[in-house]
Amino acid sequence: MLLLTCPYCGVDAEETELHAGGEAHLKRFGPGASDEDFTAYLFHRENPKGVHFERWRHANGCGKWFHAARCTNTLEVFGTYKAQTTEPPKDLLDTIRAKRPGFRWRDLA
Amino acid sequence: MSTRLPTQGRLINRDRDVAFTFNGTRLTGHDGDTLASALLANGQTLMGRSFKYHRPRGVVASGSEEPNALVNLGEGDTLEPNQRATTTEIFHGLKATSQNHWPSLDYDIGAVNTLLARFLPAGFYYKMFIHPRPFWKYVYEPFIRKSAGLGKAPAAEARDPDRYEHFYAFTDVLVIGGGVAGLQAALSAAQSGAKVLLLEQTPHWGGRTPVDGGTIDGKDAETWIAETVAALDAMPNVTLRSRTVGAGVYDHGYVLGYERLTDHAPEDRGPRHRLWRIRAAQVITATGAIERPLSFAGNDIPGVMLAAAMRDYVVNYAINPGDRTVIVTNNDDAYRTAIALHEAGLKVPAILDARPNGGGALMEEAKALGLTVKTGAAIAKVKGHKAVHSVLVTQQDSDGSETTEIFCDAVAMSGGWSPVVHLWSHCGGKLTWDATQAAFRPDHDKAPTSHDGQPFVIPAGSADGEMNLSAILQNAAKAGQTAATRTGADKSSDAAPTAEAPDEAPLAPVWMMPANAPLKLRAKAWLDYQNDVKVSDVQLAAQEGFESVEHTKRYTTLGMATDQGKLSNINGLATLANALGEDIPQVGTTTFRPPYTPISMGAIAGEARGDIFQPIRKTPMHDWHDANGAHWEPVGHWRRPYAFPRKGESVKDAVNREVLATRNSLGLLDASTLGKIIVKGPDAGRFLDMLYTNMMSTLKPGNCRYGLMCTENGFLADDGVVARIDEDTFLCHTTTGGADRIHAHMEEWLQTEWWDWKVWTVNATEQFAQVAVVGPNARNLLEKLGGMDVSKDALGFMEWKDGDLAGVPARVYRISFSGELSYEIAVPANLGRAFWDKLLEAGKEWDITPYGTEALHIMRAEKGFIMIGDETDGTVIPQDLGLDWAISKKKDDYIGKRAQARSHMTDPDRWKLVGLETLDGSVLKDGAYAIAGGTNANGQTNTEGRVTSTYYSPTLQKGIAMGLVLNGPDRMGEVITFTDGGDDTKTARIVSPVFYDPDGEKQNV
Repeated sequence: MLLLTCPYCGVDAEETELHAGGEAHLKRFGPGASDEDFTAYLFHRENPKGVHFERWRHANGCGKWFHAARCTNTLEVFGTYKAQTTEPPKDLLDTIRAKRPGFRWRDLA
Repeated sequence: MSTRLPTQGRLINRDRDVAFTFNGTRLTGHDGDTLASALLANGQTLMGRSFKYHRPRGVVASGSEEPNALVNLGEGDTLEPNQRATTTEIFHGLKATSQNHWPSLDYDIGAVNTLLARFLPAGFYYKMFIHPRPFWKYVYEPFIRKSAGLGKAPAAEARDPDRYEHFYAFTDVLVIGGGVAGLQAALSAAQSGAKVLLLEQTPHWGGRTPVDGGTIDGKDAETWIAETVAALDAMPNVTLRSRTVGAGVYDHGYVLGYERLTDHAPEDRGPRHRLWRIRAAQVITATGAIERPLSFAGNDIPGVMLAAAMRDYVVNYAINPGDRTVIVTNNDDAYRTAIALHEAGLKVPAILDARPNGGGALMEEAKALGLTVKTGAAIAKVKGHKAVHSVLVTQQDSDGSETTEIFCDAVAMSGGWSPVVHLWSHCGGKLTWDATQAAFRPDHDKAPTSHDGQPFVIPAGSADGEMNLSAILQNAAKAGQTAATRTGADKSSDAAPTAEAPDEAPLAPVWMMPANAPLKLRAKAWLDYQNDVKVSDVQLAAQEGFESVEHTKRYTTLGMATDQGKLSNINGLATLANALGEDIPQVGTTTFRPPYTPISMGAIAGEARGDIFQPIRKTPMHDWHDANGAHWEPVGHWRRPYAFPRKGESVKDAVNREVLATRNSLGLLDASTLGKIIVKGPDAGRFLDMLYTNMMSTLKPGNCRYGLMCTENGFLADDGVVARIDEDTFLCHTTTGGADRIHAHMEEWLQTEWWDWKVWTVNATEQFAQVAVVGPNARNLLEKLGGMDVSKDALGFMEWKDGDLAGVPARVYRISFSGELSYEIAVPANLGRAFWDKLLEAGKEWDITPYGTEALHIMRAEKGFIMIGDETDGTVIPQDLGLDWAISKKKDDYIGKRAQARSHMTDPDRWKLVGLETLDGSVLKDGAYAIAGGTNANGQTNTEGRVTSTYYSPTLQKGIAMGLVLNGPDRMGEVITFTDGGDDTKTARIVSPVFYDPDGEKQNV
């Protein structure tokens, strides 16, 4: 059972306190968007065996959404950060790059 | 026949007798006995029957790995099947019965299967139960159901009277296993300054070292163990728990422990089992090793036991397993059993050592005692049926055709030791093959890793593959120190104690005995005792093309019984590897999954049973409903009255009465469960414009508007009436089941997409009691209560107002879900019941009638109002339901707008909402499909619609329905055919979904 630190309330939250919300940093496409863009936004998801950026909500806690950078294979958590951002913080990316040479995720490398 | 020895028995108290029954026979054991040892003391070597062939079986092991001695424990409400006699401590009044036989353990008709064994090969079920197809339902399935399972399932009406609980624990270092390795690891970790929790599955500390012998720090093992436990007990940073198994290791240091508190003393108060939910920074698995059986013909006959288990019974429980025991081994350890038997005054006619050159120091010791050792020897066959009669001895390197017979009544076998790597493996720890010991051991380079990417499990002692006492203690001390250091503890621990135990010569892997045994012998050499898998079965599977150990396991059922292959796994995969001509590590192991041993369902449930399994949400009027005959319906976690049947009245009649009373005079509905979410802030209007399909920002304070919410995928998710409270504040009503979901939906968008918008949301559902006062006399009632002006001019349709009624502060919404004159009145929750009572009292003169959810549904259906969950199912868009009027054309965007522009969503051939009226006035079946001509590519009948809501309308005195029909709105008046269950059909006319008062004259008064 995963343990993630909520960046809002600081609690090391058990998975049962959390609600998983799928991939983080999706860019919303609305009316006027092409079918391709809209389809990709709505349905296409990364499925890495490796580092992934995910959304979690501290549902049975402070109620806040946050993001986690987590390896889907080893379950290593590189960090959690608040959801009010369109990309992972630079220091977190540096940590991941240092630990996982050759790391790639969507446009990030 | 087994008996009790006059000496020995370190774990039993001969001064205290314990009476129990087995299959109804009264027997006596001693305090400290396990059920297995007590049965052996009473000469009961036959303890069960195997699953497939109903072979007579006796106990083969002495611990939790036991596959044979499974019993039903208790009776009635406390009956538990498949309990291992080896781990059951006896107590006064224990009742045990044996399993899987008819009519009795001694005479079992099912044993005829053993004669048919030739016809019940590996994969028998798959091969047999395929043809002919019709046999499945009437012959095969009943047969399989009858023969499935070993123990007796408790009766359906039985209720477990015991209590269970969950317990949360946090520790730096968790040590699983309280043998000498676990004790030493815990001591080293604790001395280093770490907080330590130590779990031991049995009631006793020290594992099997007191039985095996050796000295630690110059003391005998038992003394060292007692001193170490006392030292640990005195340390404030150490918690010790016996009778607690480490059941599973999970992600990020989460571990489940299973503590059996009163199984051995049922009269004690308190919970029976406790589930420990542990978070540990570091986990040490000091789980020991399990001895492997040897594969020779007749290795399952009662009286054939693992050598170390037999030693346990002699030393720990003073059991005489047989007067003449033949030892058969491929390693040195079994010599300890020979010596123990000899010291107990029992005869050991021969030690058969499969190794050409025999063993080391222990062999010399045995020889010095005058015991006969035959090297390069093997058992060709054990003779006997319900008990051992003799063994046929042959050369290991032979086909077993030349034999000599040795008469004996017991056999002790040892095929070497397998480290218990289960808990190491649960969370991803990898294994490496140790050819010297012929065993898998933990690969330290591939340890399970935790949230920080660092290893969090350390194996210790024999679980790490160390088999010498001195090496075990060294290894465990290092494990304890390493674990503590990893958690930040900075003290150093004492050096590991020195130990002395005889050096052992290497074993020789023996996977079949004798090596070239013919099929006749291989077909009687058991790998998995409980599921009756033999060497020949695995070989047949390999011959039939099974190469993967995971597939072979499922095909042959090897290791799939309740013991999960603790004895059979390595022997089975070695047999498979040999049959495939591959190396054992290439074949690999099956996956080790938690729990290590079965844990009770009660412990998993913990306190969550009965009323607190899932707490019920209650409205302020709940008790009134309960006292007035409510027929309850679960709605989410709420209970809502479905109807209020009177004495002697059917539920159906009550529903019809409630509808008519409301339509004709006055009805009352508890609507408190409706979601009430307050959305507030300068950007609240802008936000609701994105959430709802229609325009909410233009709503005037004091007014209400019905709105629809969709998912980003375009599908209708919820509906409800929005009231604008003031410029900055809206109150959004949601469906009963949708309140939490919609609130979460709002928060998700606010927090993750529009986080710069100035909006706050609050779910105020439970802050208000809400009552719908419905019917032609609704206004009369409110006016009689007195207070605020509720006249048509003061409070028009789709308006709301604050005020008070009968002295109760109230917010009154003039909205209608029934088509009648209707007020929904919200009052503070704590005044809800009082207000409800006042309404009932004042409404008597109009025969006020509380109604339930079914009357609500019927009245809304008569008006053609949709219901989320009936007309919608996650594939329906608002346009399907003719709700285009509630979709803004002016807005650039709302959640779901882009999705609804997709070609499939704008397809004119989508099924659309219509009313349906059967030609004979009867009621259509819910979910019935409309049949179109012909069949589709799969040969299925084509359909052109389906029923979404269907009721008997007491108002119209006929069946009414709504449904989604292909081009429905363009086919008014057309008659189509619906399925009616089975081959029957019903015809219905397509009509408007508004069956009642289409012009809204009744609600607009």
